[in-house]
Amino acid sequence: MTDTTFSLAQILPAMPEIYLTAAVCALLLFDVFFGLKAPGRTASFTLFLLLGGALVTLVTADVQVAHLLFSGMYIADNLATLLKLAAFLFVAVALYYSGDYLNRRRIHKGEYYVLSLTALLGILVLASAGNLITVYIGVELLSLSLYALVAFDRDNGVAAEAAMKYFVLGAIASGTLLYGMSLVYGMTGSLSLDILSSALSGEPSLGLLLGLTFIVVAIGFKFGAVPFHMWVPDVYQGAPTPVTMLVATAPKLASFALAFRLLAEGMAGQVAAWSQMLSVLAVVSIVLGNIVAIAQTNLRRMLAYSAISNVGFILLGFVSGTADGYQAALYFTLVYVLTTLGSFGVILLAARDGFEADEIEQYKGLSKRDPLLALVMAALMFSTAGVPPFVGFWAKLRVLESLIHGGHLWLAGIAVLMSVIGAFYYLRLVWMMYFEAPGDLPGKLTRAPIRLMVVVNAFAALALGLMPDALLDVCRSVIPL
Amino acid sequence: MITLQHMMVLSGLLFALSVAGIFINRKNVILLLMCIELLLLSANFNFVAFSRFLGNLEGQVFVFFILTVAAAESAIGLAILVVLFRERRTIAVEDLNSLKG
Repeated sequence: MTDTTFSLAQILPAMPEIYLTAAVCALLLFDVFFGLKAPGRTASFTLFLLLGGALVTLVTADVQVAHLLFSGMYIADNLATLLKLAAFLFVAVALYYSGDYLNRRRIHKGEYYVLSLTALLGILVLASAGNLITVYIGVELLSLSLYALVAFDRDNGVAAEAAMKYFVLGAIASGTLLYGMSLVYGMTGSLSLDILSSALSGEPSLGLLLGLTFIVVAIGFKFGAVPFHMWVPDVYQGAPTPVTMLVATAPKLASFALAFRLLAEGMAGQVAAWSQMLSVLAVVSIVLGNIVAIAQTNLRRMLAYSAISNVGFILLGFVSGTADGYQAALYFTLVYVLTTLGSFGVILLAARDGFEADEIEQYKGLSKRDPLLALVMAALMFSTAGVPPFVGFWAKLRVLESLIHGGHLWLAGIAVLMSVIGAFYYLRLVWMMYFEAPGDLPGKLTRAPIRLMVVVNAFAALALGLMPDALLDVCRSVIPL
Repeated sequence: MITLQHMMVLSGLLFALSVAGIFINRKNVILLLMCIELLLLSANFNFVAFSRFLGNLEGQVFVFFILTVAAAESAIGLAILVVLFRERRTIAVEDLNSLKG
């Protein structure tokens, strides 16, 4: 703890964050000098930086056991490496999808890329957080970047309103998180998650229970779980589609990291207390998310309620409080982010000038107008609904298995029932694309490289479903028993 | 003699006031920003009080981080408010109602 000698080897595991911070500065300068006239250059440079970041993460990742750096502020373990790699990859794909759309809307600006990278930096910090301060810094880096991203199209009043709502509710969540942390600090006298996990066992005191409740509420807010979901539909519908895609994908990894680091690691001694709270959040999220999604006519709003119900599944993975359950939750999160990324890619490809392609009606007869896009969307919807052989099925199955092993039979029963109800609105979209007459909507746009990427994305959902253990084994190896 | 209990009651009151302020206020977004500041300060108050009574400095270090982030947070909140005002010509909370469903 008081070891003050310093060597380069000590900071090597934190290389992904250091690299990304430098990359953000480089990108800011690059955008000023080369990007103002041709924003496409900034886009390419960002993708280059992101792939470099994934490489740096891989190269510096040869850690076999979890270890702590900077006096325990920072954890370098395999879970952090996996989350960072996934975050780099998913953000790169998301930015690749969005460039063309932003160009056509004339809102292709450097800010979009800079803010995406700072949000990504928040995810990385959170993935490695070993102390309540680090957790807080990670959460705020991510959230502040996302608030600004939602409002970055300055001539869009609806987006500004969504940003305001997101900001206020997110700030309440941060305040709640801090208040909970302060109580936990008061009861244990430490901010380090490592020390917390050993200090917190046995019967919780009232103050500790209160602090834990505040922390769970804050996690619910950041995930967008019912009853703290109010911001989700508004942000999904109000923000520009590329930003919605960014909010809907990589930050879910950060929420997983937040829940895992704070609850599964820091509060490991109090599993009984928090798993009960989480099971309530999870059940109401799954029920309300799936039922309200049926009533939506706007595709982005429907995906928002679908996100709420899927978040319920991630939380269900945590409920059993075992490594088995955390592995299932991680698997589910990765799979959910992968398929959601593809769905938003399709929405971006279907959009035209003055036509957002975000009403479900607008997908009628898509199979006639653009067979490939319809096929991709159908595959992704099947995967999200949990239809085998797509990977979404296995993700749900693993979560249910962990619940049954943990003895939570009735939770598993509700989850299955609501998944069946939820399948209705995913399959309704497929029905509209294939069996309804096309309206007088424009035909397909040829954006060959982006179309290829969307196809690869959907194919990944199928391939991972055909080899369900490939990704699961990775999840098993990063969260050891 | 001021004890830890007094401190905790005060910070609890500040927390409750700020949350009530956010949810009851229908008039002005600026008031929301002020309530958010108060919310963060109530947590700060707790940290300082615990730090003092536990004889442990970590809590006060955390407070510096919170103060810095709170400044950044208000800057972003005000920036969003400016964009909102340019588009809507109003900052009344009750007019933020175009997104529903």
